[in-house]
Amino acid sequence: MPVASDNPPERSDRGFLHRYVFSADHKVIGVQYFFLSLAAALVGALLSLLMRVHLIWPQMAVPFLGKIKPEDYLAFMTMHGTLMVFFVLSTAPQNAFGTYFLPLQLGASEMAFPKLNMFGFWATLISFLVLLSAFFVPGGASLAGWTQYPPLSALAAAGPGQGLGTDLWLVSIGLFCLGSLMAATNFVATTVRKRAPGMLWMRMPLPCWAWFVTAILILLAFGILLVAAIMLLCDRNFGTSFFVPGGLIVNGKADPHSGGSPLLWQHLFWFFGHPEVYIAILPAMGMTSHLLSTFARKPVFGYKAMVGATLAIGGMGFMVWGHHMFVSGMNPHVGFAFSTLTTAIAVPSAVKVFNWLGTIYSGKIRFSTPLLFSVGFVSLFIAGGLTGPLLAQPSLDAYLHDTYFVVAHFHLIMAMAGLFAVFAATYFWFPKMFGRMMNERMGAWHFWITLFGAYAIFMPMHLLGVAGHPRRYSELTGVQYVAATAPLQRFITLAAAVTIAGQVVFLVNFFWSLSRGPAAEANPWQATTLEWTLLSPVPRQGFGDRRPVIFHGPYEYGPSATGPDFVMQDAALGST
Amino acid sequence: MKLALRLSLFVITVGSTWTFLQHPWWFPAGASLQAPAIDRQFRTAFLLVGILFLAGQLLLAFLLGRAREGRPSRGDWRLEAAWTVGLIALFFWFNFSGGRMWAEMMTPERQAGAVQVEITGAQFQWYFRYPGADGVFGRVDAQKFARPDEGNPLGIDPADPAGKDDYLSPMLVLPVGRPAHLILRAQDVVHSVFIPAMRFKQDTVPGMEIHAHFTPRQTGTYEIACAELCGLGHYRMQAKVRVLSEEDFNKWLQARERAASEK
Repeated sequence: MPVASDNPPERSDRGFLHRYVFSADHKVIGVQYFFLSLAAALVGALLSLLMRVHLIWPQMAVPFLGKIKPEDYLAFMTMHGTLMVFFVLSTAPQNAFGTYFLPLQLGASEMAFPKLNMFGFWATLISFLVLLSAFFVPGGASLAGWTQYPPLSALAAAGPGQGLGTDLWLVSIGLFCLGSLMAATNFVATTVRKRAPGMLWMRMPLPCWAWFVTAILILLAFGILLVAAIMLLCDRNFGTSFFVPGGLIVNGKADPHSGGSPLLWQHLFWFFGHPEVYIAILPAMGMTSHLLSTFARKPVFGYKAMVGATLAIGGMGFMVWGHHMFVSGMNPHVGFAFSTLTTAIAVPSAVKVFNWLGTIYSGKIRFSTPLLFSVGFVSLFIAGGLTGPLLAQPSLDAYLHDTYFVVAHFHLIMAMAGLFAVFAATYFWFPKMFGRMMNERMGAWHFWITLFGAYAIFMPMHLLGVAGHPRRYSELTGVQYVAATAPLQRFITLAAAVTIAGQVVFLVNFFWSLSRGPAAEANPWQATTLEWTLLSPVPRQGFGDRRPVIFHGPYEYGPSATGPDFVMQDAALGST
Repeated sequence: MKLALRLSLFVITVGSTWTFLQHPWWFPAGASLQAPAIDRQFRTAFLLVGILFLAGQLLLAFLLGRAREGRPSRGDWRLEAAWTVGLIALFFWFNFSGGRMWAEMMTPERQAGAVQVEITGAQFQWYFRYPGADGVFGRVDAQKFARPDEGNPLGIDPADPAGKDDYLSPMLVLPVGRPAHLILRAQDVVHSVFIPAMRFKQDTVPGMEIHAHFTPRQTGTYEIACAELCGLGHYRMQAKVRVLSEEDFNKWLQARERAASEK
């Protein structure tokens, strides 16, 4: 059983820096991660806007930047991908909300290793700054994409941005891996050791399950990426040849490397890279299950099946990486094996969709903003997920690989769905984190703009891919049939501009509510999990001396003749 | 809010389906022997995905409006199992039917009369090398012999007799109806040969020699694009495939071979 004693909370008489900056309090760190993600999302969104504008008006001079060159476009693209994948989709759902709410939902007042938690955040923050600094070095940021395939990423001669910019990228990713490993170690230890009495595994809220399984994935996947990044750094600077074969002529010059394999990097990268998409989406799934149940006032449909599906996705997530490499030159027989395993992983995902629909079924739904975004998540997950089994077919993927079809697929299922879950979680937990309510009317407007925007941007992108438009093209003029897609590209840019502008509604709502929103009560959504037994915002000492004891599962919703339609997890047994 | 949400899901579903049915941009006409089978598989795939998309989204919209009294359900193992088994059957049927085609695409039977062409990707252009009358490619050592300004960008060893009659073309020229046997290489970074009309894509990887096949079945000129990010000129790394009748191809071949042996 989990241990009963808890870390004593930090002394509250320390200064501002200790309390809010160099704090080991999981709540402060969770909020720090949240704002880091918000900053990264803003930069990433701005970069995507610049890319979209450049695609349709390549000659246009942008204020402060001047005319965007093809290499600038590729640098923006690389940074956009890196920021969004690492600093938004891996950071916000897992590290921001997980760090804040994992201990609270388990009934603990602190993570297992508070100091490690703090180091993890600081490594991530430094990683973020190192990444952005690449914009300001000679040659600019790397242009090799977030996947950094060598030899393009291994040789400074291969293009502008492939010098110091790429070294900084690799250092940044190395630091990010370290930070993530620290955080994940903490998540696993906290889940195993710090559950309150009575918090059995099968009484854990689904976000906790998701954070736990995701942490294990991070431990297995980010270690590989860390090693790969170090190897590539060595290839670039210390004369090794892990990834670069001999006999190359790059930019007119003979390259001294010999004996390496470019495919080795692709295997290592995707061995990390595919679990990475589950690292991004599992917490999003967990939070969505949680919110749908809360706002439909019904238990999660098939709780055990949900836990099973989470474990299955986590386990199988490590066996499908080769589907990124069907046309890489990998053995085609291996391709078929990866195809079958990839098809298999669609099954637990579909089980989840089934259970979300089952959770909504005949519920007395409260249409608050978190519910809207959760329904949006399910819709986008269906839309983006269905092209998964299609892309898992090597015979079809051969045509669609590296086209806009894939861009549409992963933006819908990972980026948009992931973002919707993060927005839902933000509206849901904002009162608990900041003690005030967000504005519902602005929340709804934000939802409508983003939902229609997401579909308007990414649905038409499928058609670009079907027409054979390769991704990562900085201009449309090089290939005739690509040039013919310009009208559709213009529409997508327009949709993207409106959608990104619409996020101002969220920012205004967020920052206005921080200081002006109506004060939140302890349990404004009438939810059952332990964080709602505390005041809003959560007091510094968390549960303090009161160690909660858990008697109920996390989703005890439903009509009751006498009292409210929900039972708190720590409600005494006789009281219901 | 409930009505608005259900209506929006409905509008989005209908709009997305309509976009796909209209598809103002779509596959270029297939020009290889493999294309019809691939297109058929695509049609099945889009039909399957389309039906599941419609069903999923409309069900979501429908279920949002059905509040009911009584004890709520916590799940149903029979339903869960039925859905899982049904889905496994559907997905794996789809997977195996596609797997057979993949095998045919990647490991075709020995092809008599195949035309051998070596394709080399280099930032930011394609080189197409034909082996000449002897049917053998000359040895290549780019670091030693490559002289782009002297007509030897690939670095064919001048001492190798097999290389004497090799010739380079700026364009991939193929005869209609005969299998093309492509040998793919890269000189600097990873590139990818993408010929949408032939439903063909294959990366070219430095240090590797990758063999690939397709058979053009219609004369005409088709575009080749680079599909793997290779640097700042990636977007303009293009070339053309010209598919000629057997007769025209032989004429072109002879003219090229003559020119090569005279140089």
